[in-house]
Amino acid sequence: MTATPSPGGRVPEEIRILTAGFGEKDVRSIDGYMENVGGYAALRKAFEGAGMEPEDVLAEIDASGLRGRGGAGFATGKKASFIPKGAQTNFLTCNADESEPGTFKDRQLIQYCPHRLVEGCILASYAIGGSFAFIYIRGEYELQAEILEQAVREAYERGFLGDRILGSRYSLELVVHRGAGAYICGEESALLDSLEGKRGNPRLKPPFPAIKGLYQGPTLINNVETLSNVPLIVDRGPDWWKSMGTEKSPGPKVVSVSGNVQRPGNYEVELGIPVREIIDGFAGGVAAGRRVKFWHPGGSSSPVLLEEHLDLPFDYESMAQAGSMLGTASVIVADDTVAVLPYAKRLAKFYRHESCGKCVPCREGTNWTVKMLERIEQGLATPMDLDIIGEVQQNIEGNCLCVLGDSMAMPVRSLLQHFRSEFAEAMEAGRFAADELASEHAGLGSVDVRVAL
Amino acid sequence: MIDPDLNPPGVRPTEPDPAMAGGWDSAADLWKDPAEIPDPASVEVPDELRAQIEDYMSRYPDYHSAAIPALMAAQKWHGWCSDEAIKQTAAVMQVTPAYLSSVATFYDMLRTKPVGARYVYVCTSVACHVRQADEVYAAITEAADMIGLEGVEVREFECLGACDMAPMASVDGRYVGPLTRDDAPDLVLAIKEGREVLPGRGLGDDGYTLPWGTRA
Repeated sequence: MTATPSPGGRVPEEIRILTAGFGEKDVRSIDGYMENVGGYAALRKAFEGAGMEPEDVLAEIDASGLRGRGGAGFATGKKASFIPKGAQTNFLTCNADESEPGTFKDRQLIQYCPHRLVEGCILASYAIGGSFAFIYIRGEYELQAEILEQAVREAYERGFLGDRILGSRYSLELVVHRGAGAYICGEESALLDSLEGKRGNPRLKPPFPAIKGLYQGPTLINNVETLSNVPLIVDRGPDWWKSMGTEKSPGPKVVSVSGNVQRPGNYEVELGIPVREIIDGFAGGVAAGRRVKFWHPGGSSSPVLLEEHLDLPFDYESMAQAGSMLGTASVIVADDTVAVLPYAKRLAKFYRHESCGKCVPCREGTNWTVKMLERIEQGLATPMDLDIIGEVQQNIEGNCLCVLGDSMAMPVRSLLQHFRSEFAEAMEAGRFAADELASEHAGLGSVDVRVAL
Repeated sequence: MIDPDLNPPGVRPTEPDPAMAGGWDSAADLWKDPAEIPDPASVEVPDELRAQIEDYMSRYPDYHSAAIPALMAAQKWHGWCSDEAIKQTAAVMQVTPAYLSSVATFYDMLRTKPVGARYVYVCTSVACHVRQADEVYAAITEAADMIGLEGVEVREFECLGACDMAPMASVDGRYVGPLTRDDAPDLVLAIKEGREVLPGRGLGDDGYTLPWGTRA
C-alpha cells in the first residue's frame, strides 16, 4: 500500500523485499507465502536434490555481508561462525522481544509474514548444526504470537519442521516462547536466562552465548529481521542481496518512523538514503509550520541528533560519525512543541522501571537521574545539578553487564548537551513556580515549600 | 536459622518503604520458614491447568523453561499470581514456590496483586509521549474512576511496539489506536459492558489501516 502523498511532497517508492505483499496479498498463510512471494524456495534449495551443506548456507550468509538488525549491527555470518562444530547440542534463539521504544518492525514482519521468519530459523539452525530453535516473542504481542504459533503448526504439518526435514537427515524442533513483559529480556543474555525460566538478568560475558548460552550450550541469537533476510539470501544469492544498500550496510532495511510525523509507520528502504527522504518523504515530515527539534536514529536509546543532521545518509557509519548510532533503525521525531525536560524524564523513567537491578550504576543511576529531573521540575535544582546529571550518565556508561543503563545515559546526555539552555530555563521556571507557591503559603503561615519538600 | 537478636521481630520490614522507587520487590519476611516443593498428592490443581502446564513443560529440553508460560496459565485461571496459583504451579512443576515468585515478581505482565483479571495497558513511552499519550492515559484513568471499572488493571506500560498507532493502548492484548482523550469514556464503557472496544480500530481487525493509509 503506498502512502497518500503529502501536500507538495514527493513520496518516494518503498523497496518491497521483506515487506513484499504486505497489505496487498496473503503472505501470512503457508500457501499464500509459497504462492505469492516464493516462500520456502530457499528451504527446498537447501534440502532437496543435491541440497546444500550447512557450511554452504553459512558461506552464503557470510558473503552477503548481512549485519544484525537487532541494534548492534554485528556481522551475522561471523557471529554464526563462532558456534563450535561437534556433537554437542547447539541452539538457535530468535530474539522477537522487540521492546526498544520506537521500534515496531519485527511486530509487522511477524504479523504479515511469519513463515519467512520460520524459514529463516530453519536455515540458520541448519547452518550452525542446531537441533532446537526458539523464538522468544514478547508477551504483549499476543496477536503476533498466535499468528506465529499457527505458522509453526503449518510448517510442522508440511514437514518443514520436525524429524527429517523434507526427507533430509536434518531434524529440528522449533518452539515459540512467550515472554511476560520485560524490556531487559531483549538483551541476549537476559533473554537466555528468561528462556531458561528465570528472572531476566543479564549474564557476565565472556563466555559469550556462542560458547555457553542457552542451557550452557552454544547458542546463536538473532533478531527477527536478521533471520527473515536469510531465506532471501539463500534463495536469490548474496550478490543480488548485496546489490541493495551501501557496501558496508548492505541489504534492505525496514525503518520504523514514529513521533511527530504525519505518517508514522514502517518503510522498507535501502540503507544509505538521506534521512530527510525517510522523515519528509515517506513519513510526511512534521506538521506544517513545525520544525524538527531532535530525532533518534535508532530507537530511544540512541543519542539524539538535530535538524542539521537530516541530510546525512542513513547507515551505520554516518550515524556513528554524527555521534549517534543506527541501532534498530527506528526514527523517533520530536518537533518544536516537545519540551525537553518532560521528554528526558519520560525516557529516564522507562529505563528506571526496566532496569533489572543487578548492576549498581544502572539501578542507582537511572533512579537518581529521574529524581534529579524531577527536582528540576519542582524548582529544587541548582545549575550545578545539570553537571551532576551529566556526570551520573558518564558513570553509568560502560560500567554494567549490559547496555540498558547506557541506553538511558546516552540519550539523556545528548539531550543535555544539545539543549542545556532549555534545561536551565526549565529549572528557573520551576524555581519561580516554587517561589510563587511558597509566597502563597507564607500568607497562611506555612514554611518555604522548598524547605518543606 | 536467623539469630533473633540480630533481627528482632519488631523491626523486620514487611511492607516496602513508600519512599523507595516504585517497581522494586517487597521485602521478604525472613522469619517465615521457606516453603518446600509442594507434595503433588496434597495440592489440588484443576485438571485443565495441570494439563496445560505439563504440556508447556514437555516442550523444552529443560522443564524449568516452562516457568513463565506456566505462571501465565495459572494467572489466567486465578486472575493473578496468588499464593494458591503459585502453589499449584509449583506442585505441577515440582519447584519451590519461592522460585516461581522470584519469576512472577520480575515480569510486568505477571500480577502479584489482585488488581484485576483484565487489563488496559496504556503506552506512555517516548514515541507515544510526543503524541500526547499522557493526556490519553489521564483521560482513561479518570473515566475508569468515574465509571467504576472493577476487576480491570489500568496502568501505564512500557513501549508496546506499536508506535505507528501512537498513542495507543492494549486492551487484553488487543492493540487499539490511534487514541485521543475523547476515546476514553467509550473505551472504558465498552470494557465495563463487555462490548468490543473501539470496533474496527484494533490492530488485526478486518481492513484496519492507519488513518493516513499506511499499513500497520
